Amino acid sequence: MSIDKDKIKHISKLARISLDAKKTDSLTKDLSSIFKFIEQLNELNTDKTEPLSSILNEPLRSRKDVVNDGKIREKILENSPQKNEEFFVVPKVIE
Amino acid sequence: MQSKRKLILNKFLIDGGKNRLMSDRSEKYLINGEKDKWEVVIGLEVHAQVTSNSKLFSGSSTTFGAEPNTQVSLVDSAFPGMLPVINEYCVQQAVKTGLGLNAKINPYSVFDRKNYFYADLPQGYQISQYKNPIVGEGEITLDLPNGSKKVGIERLHLEQDAGKSIHDLDPSNTFVDLNRSGVALMEIVSKPDLRSPDEVNAYVKKLRSIMRYLGTCDGNMQEGSLRADVNVSVRKEGDTKLGTRCEIKNVNSIKFMQMAIIYESKRQVELLESGKSIDQETRLFDIKKNETRSMRSKEDAHDYRYFPDPDLLPLNLDKKLIEKIRKDLPELPDEKKERFIKEHSLTPYEANVLVSEKEISNYFEEVIKSSDKKLTKNWIMGDLFASLNEKNISISESPVTAKKMAELIDSISSGVISGRTAKEVFEIMKETGEDPKKIIESKGLQQKSDPKELEKIIDKILSDNKDKAEQYKSGKDKLFGFFVGQVMKESGGKANPQLVNEILKKKLK
Repeated sequence: MSIDKDKIKHISKLARISLDAKKTDSLTKDLSSIFKFIEQLNELNTDKTEPLSSILNEPLRSRKDVVNDGKIREKILENSPQKNEEFFVVPKVIE
Repeated sequence: MQSKRKLILNKFLIDGGKNRLMSDRSEKYLINGEKDKWEVVIGLEVHAQVTSNSKLFSGSSTTFGAEPNTQVSLVDSAFPGMLPVINEYCVQQAVKTGLGLNAKINPYSVFDRKNYFYADLPQGYQISQYKNPIVGEGEITLDLPNGSKKVGIERLHLEQDAGKSIHDLDPSNTFVDLNRSGVALMEIVSKPDLRSPDEVNAYVKKLRSIMRYLGTCDGNMQEGSLRADVNVSVRKEGDTKLGTRCEIKNVNSIKFMQMAIIYESKRQVELLESGKSIDQETRLFDIKKNETRSMRSKEDAHDYRYFPDPDLLPLNLDKKLIEKIRKDLPELPDEKKERFIKEHSLTPYEANVLVSEKEISNYFEEVIKSSDKKLTKNWIMGDLFASLNEKNISISESPVTAKKMAELIDSISSGVISGRTAKEVFEIMKETGEDPKKIIESKGLQQKSDPKELEKIIDKILSDNKDKAEQYKSGKDKLFGFFVGQVMKESGGKANPQLVNEILKKKLK
């Protein structure tokens, strides 16, 4: 897979990261070389290897179904850019 | 809100028989276009809220209807550095649901990040399961008017719910409530096996019923515990290749699902017949206008860039745990239906209605264990259901409890009151919830079952109507009914009709 400028623009749009022309060029170059390396890894035969989702050889830790958090509305809403006692307030988003 | 849901449930119960007749007429659901007949192919992605106390990855409460943003932790609002820790009960609930759907449980599953931006998704991604879901292929049996039909389940996976956006509190802003953010959902994906709005109705109801029997989802559609994305495509009758589908997002009632399917399939037929093609796209259903519309903002949305969530390790299920959950499964509607048919000589239709809701089957079982089978069936499916429908309440809210219903039925079978008097008693019970025995006593409704007392009445009637008695004896059989009527009238309707018949026959010989 090759990385061209359009691909970089598409990904930056999805990630909501704005890039100027210069940055787009340098990222295209950098990511292309990273992909080249990944393609090199693809030469290895991994037919008999299970895909790896985590490098930690540990079981997933879990918790009991107990309510022991929440009820901190004031604290949570402190970081909302617009002041409101009950809600987060954001610019209108509607279909 | 609450009452609306009941209305739908009870309507289903009462109208069950009528709907059956209606759809019996047309076996196959087809759309008649200008040129061809078209088959509709539907698949559902149902989002069912897991019944649990706390959220999937945090200790905040899941209770519905709380003050906005009071059930939100730092994890749910995605503060930097917060780590998700999985709720083991939600995992068990997903396994339980999978077993209830006769599905394959995957001992190894992985949580992935589904990346997209929206105001009610503070993380900027939803934790979901993509390549390795917790539950694989399964099956649901639908009970349809013309027999049963198996619908394939593709998969079931666990994921987080998003928050709620409120658009109508302020003209220029959207308000966000994160109480729902992080609540555990099961996404249950069907195969494209459904062929009509009626089948969708049967599928959602069956799925809902199974989960309610299991206690894994309360199925409350008004509170958003059950919503669906509906995939619709059409193809010419007889074609085997699937057409291009459109996905109608987030429909929250069965009626709206049906309306959306009817509109969308007609739209697709019109496009195809006029030589155009279908764009595979996401659409929304506008309830007010009864139409589906393209959601252009979702153009890029299918590029979710899934990858395994680095904050969570793969989920390995212990085989012993799966077996324990399997062993503890309650009796599910299909098994219960078979047992009801065998044990209580019900027709499949009657059994379907009686197992459709866990509460109804519990009520039925409590009454029938001590009472006459036929009377139990008729009273519950007749007078009781009619009263629930009339008052728009659910069976668990009925003033006539199972115990009282059993007492009423027992008074009929032991001859204390006649079936007709029982209807009178029931009329009072359904309003006041009073004990049937008390009503019978206080109103003096007991049947006269003392032969001597009845003989006295009968003798009086016979001597008052000597001429008619003679006519009867000389062959005018029809007059028998007249005598019974007179005796009943004289007794104030309380004479035991069976005894009256017997004594009259003897006296008129």
